[in-house]
Amino acid sequence: MSSSPFASLLEIAAGLVIVCAVVTLWRRSLSAIVKTLAVQGVALGAVALILGLHQHDGVLVGVACLIIAAKGAVIPTLLARVLARDPRSRESTPLVNVPASLVGAGALTVLAYSATRPVVALVATTAGQLIPLGLATMLIGFFSMIVRRKAISQIVGLLLVDNGIALVAFLATAGVPLLVELGASLDVLLVVVVLRVLAAQLWSRFGVFDLDQLRELRD
Amino acid sequence: MLAIALLVFPAGAGLVAAATPWRRWVGWLCTASLVTVLVLAVVLSTQVVRTGPIGAFGSVLRVDALSAFMAIVIGAVGALATCQSVRYLDNEIRIGRCSVRHASLYAVLVQGFISAMLLAVLAGNVGVMWVAIEATTIITTFLVGHRQTRGSLEASWKYVIICSVGIAVAFLGTVLVYLAEQHVGHGHATLTWTSLLTVSHHLNPGVMRIAFALLVLGYGTKVGLAPMHSWLPDAHGQAPAPVSALMSGVLLSVAFYALLRFKSIADGALGVAFPRGLLLAAGLLTLIVATSLLIKQRDYKRMLAYSSMEHMGLLALGAAAGTPLAIAAVLLHILGHGLAKGVLFLTSGELLHVEGTSDIDQIRALLVRRPALGGLFAFGLAALLGLPPFSLFVSELNMIRAETRVGLGWVAVFSLVCMAVIFAALLTHGRRMLLGAREAHEPVQATPAIVTVPLVGALIACAALGVLAWPLGALLHAAARVVV
Repeated sequence: MSSSPFASLLEIAAGLVIVCAVVTLWRRSLSAIVKTLAVQGVALGAVALILGLHQHDGVLVGVACLIIAAKGAVIPTLLARVLARDPRSRESTPLVNVPASLVGAGALTVLAYSATRPVVALVATTAGQLIPLGLATMLIGFFSMIVRRKAISQIVGLLLVDNGIALVAFLATAGVPLLVELGASLDVLLVVVVLRVLAAQLWSRFGVFDLDQLRELRD
Repeated sequence: MLAIALLVFPAGAGLVAAATPWRRWVGWLCTASLVTVLVLAVVLSTQVVRTGPIGAFGSVLRVDALSAFMAIVIGAVGALATCQSVRYLDNEIRIGRCSVRHASLYAVLVQGFISAMLLAVLAGNVGVMWVAIEATTIITTFLVGHRQTRGSLEASWKYVIICSVGIAVAFLGTVLVYLAEQHVGHGHATLTWTSLLTVSHHLNPGVMRIAFALLVLGYGTKVGLAPMHSWLPDAHGQAPAPVSALMSGVLLSVAFYALLRFKSIADGALGVAFPRGLLLAAGLLTLIVATSLLIKQRDYKRMLAYSSMEHMGLLALGAAAGTPLAIAAVLLHILGHGLAKGVLFLTSGELLHVEGTSDIDQIRALLVRRPALGGLFAFGLAALLGLPPFSLFVSELNMIRAETRVGLGWVAVFSLVCMAVIFAALLTHGRRMLLGAREAHEPVQATPAIVTVPLVGALIACAALGVLAWPLGALLHAAARVVV
């Protein structure tokens, strides 16, 4: 590992992103999971901020502030409001129990390291070495969407996927062009708003909070 | 200028619809905007074929023959769907299921949806195209759930969750393409189609292999390719009929357009074998899933949705062959499928309104009870099944010829077997709905001209394209050359 303060700060921030992903698998209280997600959003913003300051890239610093605001504050607040209406805000019956989920997360991290080898080989920087952490976060997000049954848990899974991809984008390319970056961030915000509206409609009209109750459409 | 006008007309009509409460004239204005799009797209395509690609706003918009062709598809199916939206909203308001405000929202969203699709095919920049395709997901979520039933909300939930994951995966693929381009250009990268195609032979193969796999999985989700297809029958089955027509007839193809473009870049970086293998796997799996679920289908809207999956599978196989003949056939198939599926979904919407059920078993003797509606359904099915003279016959034949010529004879045979099974299945379902005798007390019911005239026109266009190659020949050839 490199010893410069830039490298160690970057490692801490990127490490925090994946630690938060694992914590969401470990906790069952949905409000704790949403708080963890907020921490992850800030950590992701910190990665962008560190890279931006290091490369003297003003645009990237601006994007970092935007991410901290959106993923650290706005989106968690939106989710917390949905939670306030659900009396039983615990993930009581995930399809896979917590210890097995944690083992799964470990396996997915190993998979992420082996899958990203060609990419890591191409980006020979400190940041490049951390790319597998982004992919691992994304895979943990997929996993959590599959095994968790609450509507909110699926939104959390989607956000994990998105944060993981954003982490890869920052570490690999220091961010795609600004227009795309803004489109992508705005987009996640909109998706969360859409999902929140849908969750509210499902709850208020049909009393549905568990996705297991949605079984009308099938072949 | 024309490229910008293509976006301005539907978006402008959307703004008018947002500013005024719903009236029928607003609906007709929206229809007029789409007819304008169709006309402009035809003019633009002749221009592009003659003088080459046109750009606007730097590299943000770029129209080549392929973009112009896709704009024609969007204009044609869009005009049909917006015209039938007037009828759909009239009906919903009359039976009190939909308020005037809700109708306005519907009109605005449909115009936004169509504008986003146009932006996706006219974008010269890969990132802008990604943003536009993702915007279609967000906009159509509310359209899928427009009827506010439990089923439609369930469908929109699945739709937005699965497609958002898919499009996120496509974003990761795009990031990796950007990384590869940065590496070639020593830190400089633009993510435009032209620059990517120019440097495609130098892009790092290891990274491009992962990138293309992610792109196929990601955009494949929006195309409805297995294994990420499970949202498709629900969303297409639950959405209002004009929205189903747009989603099935155009949106799937717009996502497929993205795959076609990326395939030409991956071909350059990796050689044809890897992209071909991935598309073959996705196409074959999709065909198998669609075939097995079509046989026992009980709901005619879901039946049409699975048939869309079948056709997307065929397109993937055609694209896997990848010769100019194959791509031209794929493009003709996109247009033919858009028209035929548009007609069928719009007919099924009218059917759902008058019969009150989407159950195949509860509908019979349509041809004698409602001759016009039954006739439309029958001819639409004939077009969809690839009977001559409809253009799907020509395009399917040419895709199979192309596959055989590049040594994929077994793929051609396999797809013919699946098509034969689906032919039998759809014929059985169709016969149950269409044939039978009218009971003495049942009157023969007419169908209003607002439904029959545009849909008959679309079927005639679909047949004309099958018989006469000249209106499209040069354009199809030029468009295929863009990605081969």
